[in-house]
Amino acid sequence: MKADVVIIGGGVIGASIARELSRYNLKIILIEKEDDVAMGTSKGNSGIIHAGYNADFRTLKGRLNIKSNPMFDKLCQDLKVRFKRIGSLVVGFSEEDLKKLRELKENGEKNGIKNLEIVRGPKLFELESNLNPQAKYALYAPSAGIISPYKFTIALADNAVINGVKVLLETEAKNIRIEGRKVCGVVTNRGLIKTRTIINAAGLHADEMAKAAGDSFKINPLKGEYQLFDKQWGNLVNHILFPIPTKLSKGILVAPTVHDNLLIGPNSYRVKEKDDPATTMAGIKEVYEGARKLIPHLPHQDLVTSFAGLRADVEGRDDFVIEASKKIKGFINVAGIESPGLSSAPAIAETVSDILKEVIKEISPQLELNYKDDFIETLSEQPRFTDYINKMEEWQEIVKKDANYGEIICRCEKVSKGEVLSAIYQPVPARSLDAIKRRTRAGMGRCQGGFCSPRVLKILSEELKISPLRITKKGKGSEILKTKTKDMIKETGVKFKDEVRV
Amino acid sequence: MKLEYDLVIIGGGPAGLAVALEARRNAVKDILLLERDKYLGGILPQCIHNGFGLQYFKEELTGPEYAERFIAKLNDKQIDVKTETMVIKITPDKRIIAINRDDGLLHIQAKTIVLAMGCRERTREAIAIPGNRPAGIFTAGTAQRYINIEGYIPGREVVILGSGDIGMIMARRMTLEGARVKAVLEIMPFSTGLIRNRVQCLDDFNIPLKFNHTITRIRGGKRVEGVTVAQVDNSLQVIPETKEEISCDTILLSVGLIPENELTGEAGIKLDPVTRGPIVNENRETEMEGIFACGNVLHVHDLADFVTEEGEIVGRAVGEYLKRNIRFRSRSIKIVPGDNIAYVVPQHIDFLVPGRKKIKIFMRVKKPAENDRIVFRDGKGKMLVSYKKAIVTPGEMVSVYLPEILLEDRLKNITVSTEEEAKE
Repeated sequence: MKADVVIIGGGVIGASIARELSRYNLKIILIEKEDDVAMGTSKGNSGIIHAGYNADFRTLKGRLNIKSNPMFDKLCQDLKVRFKRIGSLVVGFSEEDLKKLRELKENGEKNGIKNLEIVRGPKLFELESNLNPQAKYALYAPSAGIISPYKFTIALADNAVINGVKVLLETEAKNIRIEGRKVCGVVTNRGLIKTRTIINAAGLHADEMAKAAGDSFKINPLKGEYQLFDKQWGNLVNHILFPIPTKLSKGILVAPTVHDNLLIGPNSYRVKEKDDPATTMAGIKEVYEGARKLIPHLPHQDLVTSFAGLRADVEGRDDFVIEASKKIKGFINVAGIESPGLSSAPAIAETVSDILKEVIKEISPQLELNYKDDFIETLSEQPRFTDYINKMEEWQEIVKKDANYGEIICRCEKVSKGEVLSAIYQPVPARSLDAIKRRTRAGMGRCQGGFCSPRVLKILSEELKISPLRITKKGKGSEILKTKTKDMIKETGVKFKDEVRV
Repeated sequence: MKLEYDLVIIGGGPAGLAVALEARRNAVKDILLLERDKYLGGILPQCIHNGFGLQYFKEELTGPEYAERFIAKLNDKQIDVKTETMVIKITPDKRIIAINRDDGLLHIQAKTIVLAMGCRERTREAIAIPGNRPAGIFTAGTAQRYINIEGYIPGREVVILGSGDIGMIMARRMTLEGARVKAVLEIMPFSTGLIRNRVQCLDDFNIPLKFNHTITRIRGGKRVEGVTVAQVDNSLQVIPETKEEISCDTILLSVGLIPENELTGEAGIKLDPVTRGPIVNENRETEMEGIFACGNVLHVHDLADFVTEEGEIVGRAVGEYLKRNIRFRSRSIKIVPGDNIAYVVPQHIDFLVPGRKKIKIFMRVKKPAENDRIVFRDGKGKMLVSYKKAIVTPGEMVSVYLPEILLEDRLKNITVSTEEEAKE
């Protein structure tokens, strides 16, 4: 296999870069070790598009966040991804907090944000009636927004595929092949991909990839745990509420999600394992208590799920690493993309594109980089039943054309079979229960797949024409079922005591 | 198709089936039964174990047999049935929006609606068990569906959390299929399921039931590899030094059932915070006139037989309602849960019914007790009636009769509690 560019990693950064580069006449392959894109940090985060007042204006974090924030409206419109610019409030309780809010405001203004405002008194509670009554001040940033980070990533990857990028799932980079200090290929579990340029967007594992290319930086995972509450609680808050940030993180936030759930979290602590997004009992308590400082009357029940994500924190550096390797030609590191990574993704992709142009000029001067005439900027709208709840007549027309849209598979999130089928056949196809869940929300609701998972499993098995025993939750090794009935007893031959009562 | 009905029943499980047949016997004419699954019977077709029908038919049946007794009768009663039809919305003026493959969206106008949507299982997420999120974690009912309907076994080495009835039944079912059930863990000091299930499903198969135990962590990347379990103290807090590891590839959860009342809530019908079902009067009519509820959507029952009985109450009530054959009391009497009573159904008594001798009151206790009395007292604390109970436990629904003769006009509230025998 051969490509002009190989992108390692199908997170929001890899997908953003893939889409950005698909504007050019390049043969691009994106490889992802999991069975879907958005399987690492990109699915376990707050889903916030930050206004950009946090990071210092002299850093990449500060600069790229500011540049990206206004790009989300058009990007999300093009990609048909839900994005709501609901604004954020950093909440202060004391004079000392007010000082910090002023510093944030000043930094934000240096970054170029114009509409920051410190609100206090009744106005604060007009904005957020359920806010802790002891709150005194808040930094209000109207340009902050919410998004589903994995849906955004999937849409970017889908759009990249439409524009010619090849996305190889369950394909893991094992080594980088180098000849004469130049990149010449990537060794994967599926064989060698020849290429002269590699973009390392391997997230938590970016340091291991970089090491193979002779670069040394170390990524220390920082865990963050979250809790998501039922839809009936989504309107408890109107904005993204943050506490005063610390050096390590922006603190435990309370925010609605684009799907009307209520999200609280994350905490922040160092862990050793890069692939262990386990939640902890202490974390669950910490997050709940932390969020209660902002909203004292959090629900006691109606928890839909708890989850954790890992941030890719680069040791000894408080900024993104976005640069061509100085040791190996053709290798570009895009690493340490912790918060505000999601918020900065579109501008990161543009930056990487500029770096790549320079790299290509140097190593493949014969390759002339041109915009394609046929670049397709948009994704077409996929019909979703919940979007039609107030225009049922239109949905009736959709069902008339395809009866699959009349069969509701997921009772909690009201997802039709037609939507599940469309997820299986979209550019980056869903092949597992979780992949279907991220695309359609089937299994995302209050029963957590109790009702729909046997049904979705059956549809996957029928469409992919494979045995139900081979259908997985999230790729190889996560098969749902073990054997057919009556087969296990033949293997184990368990004998029962004679006196069993019938 | 026809879009106007005297009665529309949402849900074709034991509750809905009983309502349909009993309403027909009570001269209700146009009846439509809506079911979201491919077949009628609700959860019963996957409950292939026996133990059904002992109360209602006085003989022991399996779930599918029990369901079939009712389904068979539907055919000659000219009741319209639509399966694979999901109700999306109901409104206070009794319009129903439903959807299926053949008709697309259906807008149906009903004179009465019966909510019989049943319940769903509480999930791992709802009780926030920490750890990883691998494959191999199922609610007991979903595992039951995989085995008994789809024909596949979801695990080899199993730990079950919760001693609910489906969990215990699945412990036996999986053992019979050759899987190894390593333990059933119950955080409370007592079982939340029926005593007979504990004996027949666990004790008879030497499956250990560990009280005061819970899962503190789930391990495994792609598939479950094991769990950390620990004992809890009286306030349900984990005792760290009791932690131990159990390896397993599967976790089944039987940690409670929640009435499925999203449609109800969205229609603006008031729910009881404890049962999480609608607040109803003795006819099982909700606070929205002409909309009734029965079965597990109202409160979680132990036995399908009790659900059938409740469905029949509603079938008769719908008949009376449509005939306008009802008389209200001068004022409604509230039944209020007192000491050690978690909830009571019905929550109020509204009607004067000529010839009625007694009203059956259902309740669940909060904690097990022995040789107690179930006592009804009026608003001033005066005892109205009491019943001796040798044993009461949260796992078994208690039902007692409230004699009509005691329901004087002066009464506003009646409190029901359990009281120690010695007090009387």
